[in-house]
Amino acid sequence: MPTGEKSLLRFVTTGSVDDGKSTLIGRLLYETKSIFEDQYTAIEKTSKKKGLKEVELAYLLDGLAAEREQGITIDVAYRYFETEKRKFIITDSPGHVQYTKNMVTGASKADCAVILIDARNGVLTQSKRHGFLISLLQIPHLIVAVNKMDLMDYKQEVFSRIVEEYTDYSQKLDIHDIVFIPVSALKGDNVAVKSKKMPWYEGTTLLHNLENLNVSADRNLVDFRFPVQYVLRPNADFRGFAGKIVSGTITPSEEVVALPSGKITSIKTINTYDGELTEAFAPQSVVLTLNDEIDVSRGDMIVRKKNLPLIESSLEAIICWMNDEPMTINSSFIMKHTTRSVRASVKSIVYKIDVNTLHRQPAETFSLNDIGRVELKLAAPIFFDPYKINHATGRFILIDPLTNKTVAAGMIRDAARHVEDYVPAETKEGVKQKKSPHTVWRDYHIGLAEREKQSGHKAVVLWFTGLSGSGKSTIAMKLERRLLEQGCKTAMLDGDIIRHGLCSDLAFSVADRKENIRRAGETSRLFFEHGNIVLCTFISPFKEDRNFVRNLFDTGRFVEIYVDCPIDECQKRDPNGVDCPIDECQKRDPNGLYKKARSGQIPGFTGIDSPYEAPEKPELALDTQKCSVDKCVDVIEEYLLKHKMIAKPKK
Amino acid sequence: MNSLSLSYLRQLEAESIDIMREVAAEFKNPVMLYSVGKDSSVMVRLAQKAFYPGRIPFPLMHVDTGYKFPEMYKFRDEFCKKIDVTLIVEQNEEWIARGCHPLKMGVDKCCSYLKTGALLDALRKHGFDAAIGGARREEEKSRAKERVFSLRDSFGQWDPKNQRPELWDIYNTRINEDESMRVFPLSNWTEKDIWQYIKIENIPVVPIYFAQEREVIVRNGILIPVYSGLSELEDAEGNVIQGKIKKIICRFRSLGCIPCTGAIASKAVTFDEIISEVRAATKSERENRVIDLTSDSSMEQKKKEGYF
Ligand SMILES: Nc1nc2c(ncn2[C@@H]2O[C@H](COP(=O)(O)OP(=O)(O)O)[C@@H](O)[C@H]2O)c(=O)[nH]1
Repeated sequence: MPTGEKSLLRFVTTGSVDDGKSTLIGRLLYETKSIFEDQYTAIEKTSKKKGLKEVELAYLLDGLAAEREQGITIDVAYRYFETEKRKFIITDSPGHVQYTKNMVTGASKADCAVILIDARNGVLTQSKRHGFLISLLQIPHLIVAVNKMDLMDYKQEVFSRIVEEYTDYSQKLDIHDIVFIPVSALKGDNVAVKSKKMPWYEGTTLLHNLENLNVSADRNLVDFRFPVQYVLRPNADFRGFAGKIVSGTITPSEEVVALPSGKITSIKTINTYDGELTEAFAPQSVVLTLNDEIDVSRGDMIVRKKNLPLIESSLEAIICWMNDEPMTINSSFIMKHTTRSVRASVKSIVYKIDVNTLHRQPAETFSLNDIGRVELKLAAPIFFDPYKINHATGRFILIDPLTNKTVAAGMIRDAARHVEDYVPAETKEGVKQKKSPHTVWRDYHIGLAEREKQSGHKAVVLWFTGLSGSGKSTIAMKLERRLLEQGCKTAMLDGDIIRHGLCSDLAFSVADRKENIRRAGETSRLFFEHGNIVLCTFISPFKEDRNFVRNLFDTGRFVEIYVDCPIDECQKRDPNGVDCPIDECQKRDPNGLYKKARSGQIPGFTGIDSPYEAPEKPELALDTQKCSVDKCVDVIEEYLLKHKMIAKPKK
Repeated sequence: MNSLSLSYLRQLEAESIDIMREVAAEFKNPVMLYSVGKDSSVMVRLAQKAFYPGRIPFPLMHVDTGYKFPEMYKFRDEFCKKIDVTLIVEQNEEWIARGCHPLKMGVDKCCSYLKTGALLDALRKHGFDAAIGGARREEEKSRAKERVFSLRDSFGQWDPKNQRPELWDIYNTRINEDESMRVFPLSNWTEKDIWQYIKIENIPVVPIYFAQEREVIVRNGILIPVYSGLSELEDAEGNVIQGKIKKIICRFRSLGCIPCTGAIASKAVTFDEIISEVRAATKSERENRVIDLTSDSSMEQKKKEGYF
């Protein structure tokens, strides 16, 4: 194989002190002829100075004077060697009790982990801890090298016992590919050469395993994510977005969305110094040009229109605390995630993980090397995927803005709403926070049950969400008329009406949109408490805001209705929801909203340059391209009947 | 290898490009340290790739000791002109004027003034907040522990025991007012990778990497080149170095200052011959540099003082 075509494998090695990690790496370097004479001479000199009989291969690795004095490795170090097939990068990670930090750092870049276990000691707590960290970081392959077999007479029982015990333990972890190899790093058995001393071992050598691991399948080549790193504008005619494709693949002319603006365009070219590409894939560093002049800057993300990441500002993540100072809840950090940096704070600790027992325990704070699950609140949303699905967009670091130290490594589990959903509404942070001080909650003097009894139907909030022009208001108005005629008590809260009065002081920034929805939510609650069927029609593009409203009500009383319509279709419609040809609608659209938005006169217009987060599990989803307005109204009515919100109308 | 996977060289390339773009995006006033050697040549090509079709958005800076090979100066000036970059040349004029020379004051001291001192002065003078260097982890033991983004204090010093953890490919680029960053985009490259890349990319390098007949003095097994104008081959005590001048076919494996760089006997005149020589090498690349040999920790010491 020509050298340039070799593949690359990055692996991390770890073990407890004296398990023979340095010796093993020294052995790999030695056997692959990666040690030079003069380097060998240097360690020979050092070994002599220390009064050792033999040359200690391990000295090849102890780079810092401090380490040589203490005789232990204290920091992550990198080694390189190659064989006919592969180039290898070893991340040599020290394995002392207190160095979870180093282990996580070392393992973060690895495709594979090699854990050393001293055959004499068997499976120690530390070996388990290393396995846990590897599973946490989702390193796809694990090799357990049972070392110093020479000191145990190369006995199969010794090896088997360790395999059994460790396999047992690994069942609890999220590790799918695990291989055990009996070795002697000192004598070279099964490291690069198959041992004659252990005929009972049927597997191959460590080096053979490393050479043949298939790692290209571990990449995420499905979800195209392109965090914009640097904008190139060499001349007036060229505007390119430089960055690394962190996952997925892309070809020219594919339709893409820029986040957070939500602007839709398509790929014009994929540029590189070596010419334009017809396809690019992770982890290539390229320059993309787009077919439309849209505003994109560093920290934005270009993705496929039909494959969006999550966009949230409340997250749940596993973090590993790496700072000497303990973490304080609510203090402010800078989160660096892809090429985006945002302010972040830890809102709460869900639990801390005891890395030795894997037990979850409550905690007030994290100190150095602690790992656990936290809820984070961000000043602006980020575009991510859960770490499990996409490592590149699911990981982040936290930086202390005062010292600029990297204080934590994090892996995102999901948006934070899952926890919230289990917490009763009254204790929910959003609700609590907004409460005016010194006000006491008083029950309405006439209770809801009494009102419902009289009106003969349940009070309920029907929350219509969807793009401008999708048909929310049209459907809601028709439905309200029908309910009114059946004798129901109804109230209608329309986005446009509310913005003219109650919310006339608000614009369309993310914060203002949030406040707009909060007021609308609270208002709907007042009508609700008075026994009404409240029809609310708000674009309400952000999941987080809608969930805030949802949490104001008991389960079942908030019905989220997603009025689904493709953006191009919405643009063609007039406000009454009647389809019309494009040129016709341009003439008829009295507000000309989309037209204005497209020409940049209305910045932050949902669907044009501001994102819309479709509900994941709405109670109802109406496809207005397929269903007529009347059909949609029927569907909602059926839902209300089925859930015994309203009674069958008497004929 | 299927079409959707990258060979290891292309992976290294993509990683280096990513690092350079991160520097350009996150720092106010970055610079690339240019030493005229093969690693610098590769670094410049990677920078061209990172910003193509744009120009390299930061200047190159050569911290010149005045003791480089004449071929290096010639190459530097022609190369930089051709590829349209801004080149800054800085020297520690004061010490050069006072006759700072490795064979007179000792290698350690000379390097400390002419390289480390001049580098720190130059960085300060121009107010550079980040300096991209071509050091590779494979080169030397203490470099093996170096981060890609390596924080330096106001004196340019490295604190090996207090390095920031570097996770995944997310680099913490934040610094305080008086601190600076050294950035090493070639961290994961080896000497073999460098030559391999120079070959497939056809990157120009200083011709003295290739073998030719040279006049040398053999001293402690090292071939010291005899250059006119630098004939005062004296040691620390002022004794003229003894030894017969011989004509030997040799080349330079790494390029430093003339008095401290030895040649190696070699007949390699093509990339392929160099690559197979590097593959078969039993000595590390810095073997002929006097700089590392003084003590086992010498490189670490220099880095702590601010050497890159
Ligand atoms: N008998 C025997 N000794 C070993 C083996 N591997 C390592 N050692 C010895 O164990 C000691 C610790 O090894 P070292 O590689 O420094 O351990 P580290 O702390 O894990 O890096 C050294 O004295 C090694 O010579 C082995 O396979 N067999």
